[in-house]
Amino acid sequence: MRNTIPVAVLAGAALFASVPARAQGKLNVVTTTEDLASIAREVGGDHITVESIAKGFQDPHFVEAKPSFILKLQKADVLIAVGRELEIGWLPPLIQQSRNARIQVGAQGYLDASLGATILEIPNGNITRAMGDVHPLGNPHYWMDPENGKRIGKEIADKLSELRSGDSAFFQQQLTSFTTRLDTAEKRWLAQMAPYKGTKMVTYHRSFPNFAERFGLDIVGYVEPRPGIPPTPQHTLDLINEMKRQNVKLVLVEPYFDMKTPMAIGRDTGAQVLVMPPSVGGTKDVPDYFKLFDSDINLLIDAIKKSGAK
Amino acid sequence: MTTWRARFFSTVVPTMLCLGLIAAAPARGQGLGGAGTVQQDSAQALRQDIDQLRREFDALKQQYGDRLTALEAKLAATEGAAAPAAPPPPGQPATAPVPAGAESGTAAPVYGASISNAKVFNPDMAVIGDFLGAAGTNKVQPDPFGPGTHPNALQLHESEAAFQAVVDPYARADFFISFGEEGVSVEEGFITLTSLPGGLLTKVGKMRAAFGKVNSLHNHVLPWADRPLVIGNLVGGEDGINDAGVSVARLIPNPWMFLEATGQVFRGDSGADPNGNPLFQTTRRSELSYVTHLRGYQDITDNANIDLGFSYSRGHNGLSNGNLADPGSLVTQLYGIDATYRWKPLQRSIYHSFVGRTEWIWSRRDQPTGLQSGAGMYVSGDYQVGRRWFTGVRLDRSAHANDASLVDTGGSFVITYWPSEFSQVRAQYRRTNYATGPSLVSSANELLFQFQFSIGAHGAHPF
Ligand SMILES: [Zn+2]
Repeated sequence: MRNTIPVAVLAGAALFASVPARAQGKLNVVTTTEDLASIAREVGGDHITVESIAKGFQDPHFVEAKPSFILKLQKADVLIAVGRELEIGWLPPLIQQSRNARIQVGAQGYLDASLGATILEIPNGNITRAMGDVHPLGNPHYWMDPENGKRIGKEIADKLSELRSGDSAFFQQQLTSFTTRLDTAEKRWLAQMAPYKGTKMVTYHRSFPNFAERFGLDIVGYVEPRPGIPPTPQHTLDLINEMKRQNVKLVLVEPYFDMKTPMAIGRDTGAQVLVMPPSVGGTKDVPDYFKLFDSDINLLIDAIKKSGAK
Repeated sequence: MTTWRARFFSTVVPTMLCLGLIAAAPARGQGLGGAGTVQQDSAQALRQDIDQLRREFDALKQQYGDRLTALEAKLAATEGAAAPAAPPPPGQPATAPVPAGAESGTAAPVYGASISNAKVFNPDMAVIGDFLGAAGTNKVQPDPFGPGTHPNALQLHESEAAFQAVVDPYARADFFISFGEEGVSVEEGFITLTSLPGGLLTKVGKMRAAFGKVNSLHNHVLPWADRPLVIGNLVGGEDGINDAGVSVARLIPNPWMFLEATGQVFRGDSGADPNGNPLFQTTRRSELSYVTHLRGYQDITDNANIDLGFSYSRGHNGLSNGNLADPGSLVTQLYGIDATYRWKPLQRSIYHSFVGRTEWIWSRRDQPTGLQSGAGMYVSGDYQVGRRWFTGVRLDRSAHANDASLVDTGGSFVITYWPSEFSQVRAQYRRTNYATGPSLVSSANELLFQFQFSIGAHGAHPF
């Protein structure tokens, strides 16, 4: 019986902890990826500070839950996650150990950026791990579509406005500016890509379905036999045959994957093998969300021209 | 939903387009009936109109598509129902099929919406199976994986069921039920209060104590099939310091590094050495055991980091100094130092990594015959050769807790293969030199085999 008293005291203290007592300084925003950080920077301007946990050249499924990230999260006012279980292997322990009531899942300072976005590949049948490390809530690489960029921007602007109602007009104005610039850029990107509509390609992981849908590309296969499962000789052979049959001349590889199998496929099929970052910060040429598409589209068009495919 | 969307584009939109053309036609028609060039001009203008309309239609289609998406998202969010799906994307390849039923959908449901509503609040569940095998002979410890004398050549050593969920905005709960050959036990079961003031992370329940590194880890995240000699001899074996109590951990603010101090109070019953002597055992309520741990962590670069720990533990060992009024008056104290160096290149993190680790432990055990001061340690290195392959070495050395003059030594080579993130196969060659008496040594050469697999929720990767 004696032991229940401290527990009751602790529980009581827990209730008090939920009352926020923060000065109205700059909002400290932590994002899981550099893509979200870039969009948050556009929307939050100089009224927020932004830091990303993962680097753009890292595989976002496999980030290590380092204690140094706990320190970042401890001080965060807002945590913005990609969601759709992209970060399931590493974000929950970080949030749990952050000792920060503001950013716990479901708290006001936690934002799942996927809630307004168009999500592809949502499985609606029975899914099992025989399909590999499938994302049961749909493909989480949804930021690779500028339309989703706008939706993410809106989610972030709304969240920032909610937390800093005094700055709400500023955030909404920043959002309008971001959306307008993104609209203009998107028209340019669509025009650049228009001649290459229907180009067939293969990608390493399923990182580009939203990109392909927006810009009319046709992804006919993957270097991975199943999501998260490394290439097998049999699958690679099947893929090469399928590429030859359909005359596919392009292989896209995310910067964090081994080049051995893609290069072998390239040699066998005569396809161009292109390292194309799916994230801001993936290479030094893509420091922000706009440059990500600028650079990727230029890389892609160059590679399509070189490959001789349409 | 598929049919609704399909119907929208196949009937509603074309109807609207036709209406648009009809509306446009009379306006153009007024210009007809002039000279031939005028007719030609009109034809051209009509064609331009059609092109214009087609563009507008495409834009409209896009707009409606986007609005539909948003509406579907709202619908899914409010209903929390099964996610709707749209027609699959074109040209799905024969070589890399979309998982059965995985179609291109556009709704954005809330978490858990893809499963049925009632299951949303069920905890995340997973079961991890740990199958072990052993070859070779071991006269000193016939059971290759723990105390006891049965020569278990093959065993489903442990099946661990994990149940984890958020309790409320202030807490989460974790239960790990272990089904072993001897029966069922709660390996851990605790609530974590995540939002206490003063940055206190508090756990209440039964838990593995924060003494060093290995003691706090479950079997399935260890880089070996067994546990180091020193853990068996001095820190209570496979179960280790694992008891009911309260744990409070606080970050110590400083400008240099991650520094965390943990204080834990337990009932006082934990572990057993290979001979079955308990590490901690209570004979009265006041005989609590304590663990304190100080952890310092620092990134050296983006690719490398160092983790240091100092641990202390104290508890009654169940032995008596002969005073019948106080049957459990004697105490065991443990001191530990652990150090871990990790290297993992960020851009190739899924292919290569290295973890070097060592723990040094000193035991001071009060016995009716006097104080026994023994020490032990292990050093290990694990290198990830490729995406699925790991190799490791470990050197062991440890005194016996109840007779510090007897020192066991050993060494292991380990190879681990990961077919996927959810299963692993491991082979370990282990040589142990047991001190069985003053200058008496009995050596054992064993080949250990381990097959581990997990089903259910995707757990966090250990760090
Ligand atoms: Zn993925």
